[in-house]
Amino acid sequence: MSQKVLDALKAAHGNAIERTGSAHGDETAWIKRESLVAVATWLKTDPAMLFDAPIFVTAIDWLDWKPLNRPPSEAWAEGKPRFTICYQLRSQTHRHRVRLEVEVPEHDAHCPSLSSLWPAFDWQERETFDMYGIRFDGHPDLRRIYMYEEFVGYPLRKDYPKEKRQPLVRRADLPINPIKAPGSAAANRDE
Amino acid sequence: MGVELTTTRLEDAAKWAKQSIVERASNWGRKFSLFSYPFVTACCGMEFMSVAGPKYDIARFGAEFPRFSPRQSDLLMVVGTITEKQGPALKRVFDQMAEPKWVLAFGVCASTGGFYQNYSAMPGCDQVIPVDVYIPGCPPRPEQVLDALIMLMDRIQAGRGHSQLRTKREDIIAQRLAGTDE
Repeated sequence: MSQKVLDALKAAHGNAIERTGSAHGDETAWIKRESLVAVATWLKTDPAMLFDAPIFVTAIDWLDWKPLNRPPSEAWAEGKPRFTICYQLRSQTHRHRVRLEVEVPEHDAHCPSLSSLWPAFDWQERETFDMYGIRFDGHPDLRRIYMYEEFVGYPLRKDYPKEKRQPLVRRADLPINPIKAPGSAAANRDE
Repeated sequence: MGVELTTTRLEDAAKWAKQSIVERASNWGRKFSLFSYPFVTACCGMEFMSVAGPKYDIARFGAEFPRFSPRQSDLLMVVGTITEKQGPALKRVFDQMAEPKWVLAFGVCASTGGFYQNYSAMPGCDQVIPVDVYIPGCPPRPEQVLDALIMLMDRIQAGRGHSQLRTKREDIIAQRLAGTDE
């Protein structure tokens, strides 16, 4: 639907794009991390693009992901970076949309922040940081937004234990008090 | 101290006969004038409104007025999911209520965490505060809530609420320490 956006993007920033794709009516461009801000600035300001509405930003954790009952596609390769960060943008002027994806490895989970371009991404990048531990360089106020400051780890990562709770307060007369248990958030804090 | 924590309704009724006339009268007054503090966090609040509304009308049982200050209320209704982040707030609201006070866990989320078995949801508000009556259901029917309220009233009359038992225990301990225990 927005193939012309991808074509214009490839013409203007061809060497910043790793590959492009289209699925279910959503056009996606995989961007090199170091040129994300340049591409996003161009998408926002170019008169033929004018992406004025930020839809969402989130991350995907590909830990241990294998394509099930499908032939390996070009989207999957061994040694693929663990996280993908998705920026979905829409232009209300030209009525087209595009998704920018940036792949970041686990040991270097950094991504340039786009909250200076679209202020609505401020809290969403904080959410992505809170849930996945992606650090957004240049973000004005990168703190946890849902979880409390005492929380250790990133709960939506695939290797976070499903039912691992980190309680803030418990009754003193509980038979099993997880706050006093070794390894709990409070115990770690005291150490 | 010999104070049992749980009793059945019949046992509650049997305790009634052993009370002094002053205790019986004050508990009678307490059970028909519950002022509730609705700690409403989730969708169970809709059922709470239904119970409080004119059709089911919790006012028939004396629990008429939702007070939005914990200092003016003696029945804490925990309505809905409690997250770990809300735990300190819930504890603080409970601590601010004046004695004697009672707690009703409204719905499975407040009772056990319900189907939220994850990093953020607390497995029942009894992890933080003592609960007198648990109401299952997702959400519970208003009839269940009224039944639970009547159970709680029986328990208040028998002096078996958590805060009433705690006061009794503390009295016994104080008597033992002072040496006035016979």
